[in-house]
Amino acid sequence: MPVIVVEVMPKAELLDPAGKAVAGALARLGSTPFSDVRIGKRFELTVDGPADDKALSAARELADTLFSNSVIEDVVSVKVADE
Amino acid sequence: MTRIGVITFPGSLDDRDAQRAIRLAGAEPVALWHGNHDLGGVDALVLPGGFSYGDYLRCGAIASLSPIMSEVIDAANDGMPILGICNGFQMLVEAHLLPGGLVRNDHGSFICRDQRLRVENNSTAWTNGFEAGAEITIPLKNGEGGYIADTDTIARLEGEGRVVFRYLEVNPNGSLNDIAGIANERGNVVGLMPHPEHATEEGFGPDTPAAMRNGTDGLTFFTSALNALSVA
Repeated sequence: MPVIVVEVMPKAELLDPAGKAVAGALARLGSTPFSDVRIGKRFELTVDGPADDKALSAARELADTLFSNSVIEDVVSVKVADE
Repeated sequence: MTRIGVITFPGSLDDRDAQRAIRLAGAEPVALWHGNHDLGGVDALVLPGGFSYGDYLRCGAIASLSPIMSEVIDAANDGMPILGICNGFQMLVEAHLLPGGLVRNDHGSFICRDQRLRVENNSTAWTNGFEAGAEITIPLKNGEGGYIADTDTIARLEGEGRVVFRYLEVNPNGSLNDIAGIANERGNVVGLMPHPEHATEEGFGPDTPAAMRNGTDGLTFFTSALNALSVA
């Protein structure tokens, strides 16, 4: 069955303490090419039927109302997963 | 006797403490269950602290969609006194009964302390028994208690006197403007991160200069609701 993936990230201007903690661990590993880490959420919605515009629009609606809180988070993508 | 409901959600921890506080204030506590579309005819409501649904998704987010929340939202809009404590505050925010949001503490750690607060608004249903500007101490214990909102919302809350409690001495979680609790426009719905229900009986509250665990500043929250209901 097709899957729609929704990705949600904490707003860029907000401190992301979980990402900051992981970035601290990276620094302890020694030299890496990475200066920052931010942690978000990925939702995989199994579609009961085709992943058409109707399903995508339902996923976008849920992404805005349930999966994210617009005060603290941004929905960064809603797309059909590759098979 | 005035009846105040306490809603238990899966993962509520402080529901029985809230019931005890209501009893100590002279009202009858009524245990309510999140899965019922029934407020049991109560006069006021407390949404207690805890970790509903293990804080999955976002703190309070899943609980805010519980069956009973449709009745809670109707009651809030009808003017019923409703107090959200900690996880209950997070639910009220997720249910859009109060503005803004609560995020992980800026220092990244859970914090538990006896917290001094200033009562900035003593005209709400849950603070009318305090003197204006009263300074109180009640326990605080949270991991995600940082209050945030956009600049316009913060300005509106400040301008309309809807910041009800402000942290004193220490800002324990990075809340904007040291905001510990807020109210809706009407003042019947109040949410805060610290726990008044844990400061309602001598011997079981925060330390005071007079004696250990002697603080009962939280009791006034619950007696205030009784005042609000008796004059309504």
